[in-house]
Amino acid sequence: MRNLTGGEESVTVPGATVREVIDNLENRYPGMKARLREGDRLKPGVAVYINGLLTRGSILERVDADAEIHFLPAISGGTT
Amino acid sequence: MTENKEYKVVGTRPIRHDGVDKVTGRALYGADFQIAGLLHGRVLRSPHAHARILSIDTSRAEALPGVKGVVTAADLPTAEDRIADLGEGAVNLKYLCDNIFASDKALYKGHAVAAVAATNPHIAEEACTLIDVEYEVLPPVLEVRQAMEPDAPLLHENIKTTSMGETAEEPSNVASHIQHKLGDPEKGFAEADIVIERDFVTGTVHQGYIEPHNATAHFNQDGQLTIWCSTQGAFTVREQVAEILQHPISKIKVVPMEIGGGFGGKISVYIKPVAALLAKKTGKPVKVLMSRTDVFEGTGPTPASYIRVKMGATKAGKITAAEAYLAFEAGAYPGSPVGPGAMCIFAPYNIENVIIDGYDVVVNKPKTAPYRAPGAPNAAFGSETVLDEIAEELGIDPLEIRLINAAKEGDRRADGPIHPRIGFIETVEAAKSHPHYTAPNGKKHHGRGIASGYWFNIGLESSVTINVNADGTINLIEGSTDIGGTRSSIAMQAAEVLDIPAESVNPSVVDTNSVGYTAVTGGSRTTYATGYAAYEAAQDVKRKMIERAAKLWEVDESNVQFADGVFSSINGKEEQISFRDLCGRLGETGGPVVGSGTVNPGGAGGAYATHIVDVVVDEETGKVEVLRYTAVQDAGKAIHPSYVEGQIQGGAVQGIGWALNEEYIYNDEGEMTNASFLDYRMPTCLDLPMIDAVIVEVPNPGHPYGVRGVGEVPIVPPMAAIANAIYDAIGIRMTELPMSPNRLLKAMGKI
Amino acid sequence: MARKSHVQTTINGETVEFLCESRQSLLEVLRDELHLTGAKEGCNNGNCGACSVILDGRLVNSCLVLGVETEGKSVETIEGVAEPDKLHPIQDAFLENAALQCGICTPGFIMSTKALLDQNPNPTEHEIRYWLAGNLCRCTGYDKIVRAVQDAAESM
Ligand code: FES
Ligand code: FES
Repeated sequence: MRNLTGGEESVTVPGATVREVIDNLENRYPGMKARLREGDRLKPGVAVYINGLLTRGSILERVDADAEIHFLPAISGGTT
Repeated sequence: MTENKEYKVVGTRPIRHDGVDKVTGRALYGADFQIAGLLHGRVLRSPHAHARILSIDTSRAEALPGVKGVVTAADLPTAEDRIADLGEGAVNLKYLCDNIFASDKALYKGHAVAAVAATNPHIAEEACTLIDVEYEVLPPVLEVRQAMEPDAPLLHENIKTTSMGETAEEPSNVASHIQHKLGDPEKGFAEADIVIERDFVTGTVHQGYIEPHNATAHFNQDGQLTIWCSTQGAFTVREQVAEILQHPISKIKVVPMEIGGGFGGKISVYIKPVAALLAKKTGKPVKVLMSRTDVFEGTGPTPASYIRVKMGATKAGKITAAEAYLAFEAGAYPGSPVGPGAMCIFAPYNIENVIIDGYDVVVNKPKTAPYRAPGAPNAAFGSETVLDEIAEELGIDPLEIRLINAAKEGDRRADGPIHPRIGFIETVEAAKSHPHYTAPNGKKHHGRGIASGYWFNIGLESSVTINVNADGTINLIEGSTDIGGTRSSIAMQAAEVLDIPAESVNPSVVDTNSVGYTAVTGGSRTTYATGYAAYEAAQDVKRKMIERAAKLWEVDESNVQFADGVFSSINGKEEQISFRDLCGRLGETGGPVVGSGTVNPGGAGGAYATHIVDVVVDEETGKVEVLRYTAVQDAGKAIHPSYVEGQIQGGAVQGIGWALNEEYIYNDEGEMTNASFLDYRMPTCLDLPMIDAVIVEVPNPGHPYGVRGVGEVPIVPPMAAIANAIYDAIGIRMTELPMSPNRLLKAMGKI
Repeated sequence: MARKSHVQTTINGETVEFLCESRQSLLEVLRDELHLTGAKEGCNNGNCGACSVILDGRLVNSCLVLGVETEGKSVETIEGVAEPDKLHPIQDAFLENAALQCGICTPGFIMSTKALLDQNPNPTEHEIRYWLAGNLCRCTGYDKIVRAVQDAAESM
């Protein structure tokens, strides 16, 4: 996504939910929404971390002011 | 180990609830399922690693007496090129379908091409030999670096490398490139007093579960499909089969039978849709079983990889910069675990300047599937070996250098997020003071090595229902298939809330029509998330029982409390009733009590492990023998310590096999030449010492009892730990897995 | 379809008759014809021990024995190990030591352990490991299995 932000690794945008954050990102960096959302949902394969914690992966997730959000590829795992 | 005194059930070691069934042979696994009128299905697989399918003629097979139906890719609905989330991460449906039956091209030896249902398995096998498939054989590409060459044979015309959001013009075997960057790596390396860079190669390895895949399906005339099978997740089977067959999920019931190991390999479906197609065609229930060779050749192993790691440090041992290049073989379709590998590689350390590049590359091998901490073991083999070399060059103890650089709460991972409360330092400190580490180690050709590892762990959805019985026991209904004692670790969390013994809980794992959605048993999530749902369901029961007690005593609910297994009224009336007695009075106070808990928790806590191993190297034969093994791990909170130890021991031993013996061996035509348990050599008990599992408990704030997942991280450190021990023994750095006698002899210059 | 043979054998002390094709293994007969599914198939070629049974007092991989070969012989399977009202000490030891995770290998290990302890009631750790090397377990790392066998030997 760095290429969309003109190389910026972290950017600050307003928003009370992940949905709003993505919308605001899209306003500043067009193309962002297509990367992160599919219709009204988070795109399959995208994971959202808020303040270091992996969330439920929903655009409805609430975000506090000053929260740090990361969009990363989702992982899956295997145990016994 | 820290025993936490405040719990009565959590942290104890009851006999597992399904134990008697499993030691008497009564437990029914997938292949044990029987039903009247059953047909037997077998799958025909491609003998070529890369071939265009020109035609398939099934007429001779259909004519064989006893054959009831034959299916091929033509029986599958046409799949769209679309990404769906099917409980094991995002999947492209076209690839998912093509992996069930090759349509235009066979992309690996063992790729399913057709299947037969017959009145007995031998007839089905014979019929497979009567299917005539015309192939145009193409050159295979079998190794990740070769597959990345611009002139390499292409597996897919339509795959173009996506790199950080941009898609390339030309087709390629490189499906994607990812990058994580932190700080200024160039500056970091300039600040280093020592910089070490090494290349690593790891082989393709299989999960090696002892039970082959199996599936029995029945298709009713009304379209109701039932599938009995072994799986890590009945709901993900339902979702995958629904997408592949374009059949509504409401018309599919998946009944999870007992499962004989999975380790990530029983999440993707292979023969389940095949059994369903055969059942639909024949109108009869059909059971399809894989042979061991089918399992090796036709199901997802974990990838071979090429890895380059560069790390720089100051004289004092502080890592100033780290760089990694990871190229993973995805197998026939994109989707290797290079993503998690890239996210885990430096996660034990707090490094300011990092750059990590990962490549997902298709080759003519089976599509890879998750295997315990997928991607992380490959990555750690590289990073933990380089760190060992740095420590050695600087004359710093290898555990000490880990402490100097250890990541802790608030530090930033290279892929971005900051660490919550983690227990890495605690594992290193426990290793340092362990008698194994302080024991002398000086004999000739004996060596000691250590390594650490990280795995995220995941949360995801789980549902639990509790039905209260009149005798003070509860029936607990869950959707997580039990592969290693999770019925007990889940039941114990409910028991703790209700203050009843673990034995007073009857846990049942039920089908997809009988419990709320529950994600796979995988990602080290079961005791964490389904345990969390059990905790919530028990809290719900407790709330409802308080209402009943209040009713009984005609007081307000706020005046009833529950402690030590007894409800009592506070303020005013002096009433008391035990949980058990109140259970006997539910009918008269409003009817049965049913509690439910559903979760999708966001607080899965990452897990760290630090392992110590002693080896002896036989100079004549090149054989490495493991003499002593200690595995320290942060479990957050061990609900049933015996099964936590079991996960640690089992994971460590799979790592030992990966380190020393296991690999797919291919000939130039792309045929696996060791597709049996005789030649794909997994550790036997004769190859091993006891495995000392040391549990450290740094509670995860994201779980009521502090649970972190435990199943995956123990497979991360062994390869590097053993390589470091070999170096300590004979002074040679091994950079290729497995470190088999042959490779050792070569490295020692003996052959 | 291949012609079937009539076979009479003793299984867990009971006389049993069955029909089987000459190509069917004892494992197939036990599982598919007699519905004794405690013996498991892990490899079908003698490499994993999941199908272990005791044939005339000797431990065998039932996938390597033909059904017709059991004519007049005596077969012990996992289903015959426990008493009606209590488990065999080996079974108890496996449970108490948490020596099983997925449990698919467990019937084979218990049969193998029984054959070992029948002939060597006090094996050393090395003897246990040597004897059980024909049984694969992918879940446990064998630590708790070896301890269970040691415990069982002690309690018997
Ligand atoms: S099934 Fe008989 S030894 Fe594996
Ligand atoms: S317990 Fe799973 S194979 Fe042994």
